[in-house]
Amino acid sequence: MNTAALPRWVVAVAVVGGLFLVLPLVAMALRVDWPRFVPLVTSDSARAALLLSLRTSLSATAVCVVVGVPMALVLARTSFRGQRLVRSLVLLPLVLPPVVGGIALLYTFGRRGLLGSSFSALGIDIAFSTTAVVMSQAFVALPFLVLSLEGALRSVGTRYEAVGATLGAGRWTVLRRITLPLVLPGLVSGAVLSFARALGEFGATLTFAGSLEGTTRTLPLEIYLQRETDPDAAVALSLILVVVAIAVVGVAHRVRPLDRLAVTAAGTPRRRAPEAVR
Amino acid sequence: MVLSFDATLADRDFDVSFELADGETLAVLGPNGAGKSTLLDLLAGLLAPTGGRAALDGSVLFDVGPGRRVLTEPRGRGVSLLAQEALLFPHLSVLENVAFGPRSRGVHRTTARVTALHWLERAGIGDLAGRRPAHLSGGQAQRVAVARALAAGPSLLLLDEPLAALDVSVAPAIRTLLRDVLAERSAIIVTHDPLDAFLLADRVLILDGGRVVESGRTGEVLTRPLTAFGARLAGLNLVPGRRTTSGFVGVNGLHVPLGPPVAQGTDLGLAVRPAQVAVTLQAGLAPGTSCIRAAVDDVEHRGDVVRVHAAGMAADMAPIDVVTLDVVAGAQVFLTIRHADVAVYPVNRPSLPGPVPGAPLTGDRVDP
Amino acid sequence: MTRNGRTRNSCHLVLTAIGVVVLTATGCGAGEPGAAGSGGQADAVDGSITVFAAASLKETFTELAERFEDEYPGTDVTLNFAGSSDLVTQIIEGAPADVLASADTRTMGKLADDGLLAGPAVDLATNILQLAVPPDNPAGIATLADAARSGVKTVVCAAQVPCGTAAAAVEEAAGVDLTPVSEESSVTDVIGKVTSGEADVGLVYVTDVLAAGDAVLGINFPESSSVVNTYPIASLADSGEAATAQAFVDLVTGDEGTAVLQAAGFGAP
Repeated sequence: MNTAALPRWVVAVAVVGGLFLVLPLVAMALRVDWPRFVPLVTSDSARAALLLSLRTSLSATAVCVVVGVPMALVLARTSFRGQRLVRSLVLLPLVLPPVVGGIALLYTFGRRGLLGSSFSALGIDIAFSTTAVVMSQAFVALPFLVLSLEGALRSVGTRYEAVGATLGAGRWTVLRRITLPLVLPGLVSGAVLSFARALGEFGATLTFAGSLEGTTRTLPLEIYLQRETDPDAAVALSLILVVVAIAVVGVAHRVRPLDRLAVTAAGTPRRRAPEAVR
Repeated sequence: MVLSFDATLADRDFDVSFELADGETLAVLGPNGAGKSTLLDLLAGLLAPTGGRAALDGSVLFDVGPGRRVLTEPRGRGVSLLAQEALLFPHLSVLENVAFGPRSRGVHRTTARVTALHWLERAGIGDLAGRRPAHLSGGQAQRVAVARALAAGPSLLLLDEPLAALDVSVAPAIRTLLRDVLAERSAIIVTHDPLDAFLLADRVLILDGGRVVESGRTGEVLTRPLTAFGARLAGLNLVPGRRTTSGFVGVNGLHVPLGPPVAQGTDLGLAVRPAQVAVTLQAGLAPGTSCIRAAVDDVEHRGDVVRVHAAGMAADMAPIDVVTLDVVAGAQVFLTIRHADVAVYPVNRPSLPGPVPGAPLTGDRVDP
Repeated sequence: MTRNGRTRNSCHLVLTAIGVVVLTATGCGAGEPGAAGSGGQADAVDGSITVFAAASLKETFTELAERFEDEYPGTDVTLNFAGSSDLVTQIIEGAPADVLASADTRTMGKLADDGLLAGPAVDLATNILQLAVPPDNPAGIATLADAARSGVKTVVCAAQVPCGTAAAAVEEAAGVDLTPVSEESSVTDVIGKVTSGEADVGLVYVTDVLAAGDAVLGINFPESSSVVNTYPIASLADSGEAATAQAFVDLVTGDEGTAVLQAAGFGAP
């Protein structure tokens, strides 16, 4: 490691900060009741919660991609009055406490909510259903996808799209064959982040969807509940979530270099190989 | 005529019109901010004019005015754009890049590939078809870009300084390629380099401040410039002056005897290369030459020559002569030109520029 | 595994260090463990005590703490409300508490087993379940059996939390089989689902219904008497202010405390 460029205390503080983030995870791992670990994380309720979490998080990620890609495109490629305001609003769930998100969803899609009452009349009941879980997760995860994709779109720029258009490609062809492939790394890392956020969703789910094994009780809710009676089970399940989170972060990092490549190709002139052996 | 173009763009103070004949290549020259890129963007459909009309091969590119607003989408214009950077799609192979145009126009994949391969061969890089753009050199990438632009089968090819980003060692080969492929097609090339204009273009359009300041056959414009900018671009001295009974009298006092054809009082310009202006300390009195005395304004080192500015003209000297004659700013020298080296021509075409800025208006005239 | 052992030890050291920093930084008003003498011989009723109390005791204990401070000038009561099992976990992990008032005897029993209580726990109050419905009672709930009707959205506490344990016991006693749409992890969440109208009926404590005010309507049902939840209170062995802690327990379990608790809907022990 080369530390010559930095004052030592900066490095020291950085190390303390790193420990602050890592130690709690280590401490938790140390508390795991290893002999009971496998039975604890494979109990019926734990498996139901884990499967539900994976299922709902994947669905929420799919919702985020389907809705978020057009949103990011509109934000990055158009300009209209109030665009800044719209962008701020889209990012709101990032800074909003999830419980607040849950309450907001409740008053929109709940039985007595803004739209929920019409849904109820149609016989569609969202509250207490797995759909409600997916909606809660999508609500908090969507900004991650929109944000990272919009960033990717902006850094790639519109020049390739312009070239594509002058080569005779229609809007849809440009979007499909140029824009989306160019921002694919950004889309993947955005989707991975959204998935991670959805997997960790707790507050909005608890408020909006309730908690019933196999239907709405996702892993974070299960952990929260297990703490009441069986802290060991809670710790073991927490570790599972940590492992999943680490895997997700790893995947997100893996796609970064690709991301950079696309940006380099589009942006600042990169060093080119010398005129080769022709 | 294949292209007619007339457009204004209010917020960029752009107002340009010109026409382009079938198979003709037009070079657009001008300083930065003159409106060259605006011109290309308007043609490609990346920018909408506030007024005007353009048609290519009879189909309207845009037609904007009171009560009418036709803007053909870029894809429907039959116009390909080749930019300074190759801008190859990084996620597609070289072959797929070149096949992109035909594919976008609905050509079957196999046919599109054949077309692409044809143009890659034509650009001299058929062997690179399977590569990714990231693994190409700058020159190779630009060759692919040329092939891609042509494979789209454009009625009009736009080139935006296609050689500017290339290494000097690579540019000549690409210039040769362009010369080859532009020979038979309608094209507009924006460039800074008069050499490009000479080698690639039939006609030249000089823009300044969003207006056409000169236009004409390349040889005409670049050997007989009408404006100071045109002259600078062509690497010529332009001495504005008038026809008198005895011939041409420049604003700096330079006198060249002329034959009878031109009427007295006509505005004339005299063009001469800096290399053909001799600097001496004594008046040169040889027959067939003209000479003026002038104070040196500036001495500029340019590699293996020294450029001396005096009396609104530039003269190139060998460094050793500069030392020998002790030519420094403020020194009194004589500038001599041979009549055989100059072109004198009427300049009352579009807009006659005033005297070259900073040029002294007086100088001692020495008739031969 | 020497290497492992060493790592573990150093981790504990650092953890302890962080713990100390946190304690100092937050300056919890509690008597620091051992500060008033490890023998706990502080007879005078003064100084600061920390009371850990079940979340359902929030209103009543806040009021009682104020009264206590008025009655014993020089005392200072810091209150910490959370779920009973959370509180017990915190105390086992070394959180500085002088008194614990839990929402059920089971959690208190855990501390007694660990020898962390200063003396036997005293019953403080009782609580029974009630049906909580939205004020307009859209499903027309009148009995516990109504909550088991199909089409009625019933919300209960999960079996892992005390109100859920109670609900399950009541169901069994009454021979009613509820199929809840949600098993919430706290009373607050059950009440929330009812006040927002998402649920038709929730099974919660009568004190929770009272605390929710006009937002919900409480409906008594006879089977509720079969499961009475008892709130125990005890001062803790590690308390540095044993006399003050005991005085607080006395006040809460005395006439004054009983009056306040019963006004909030609690039953007599």
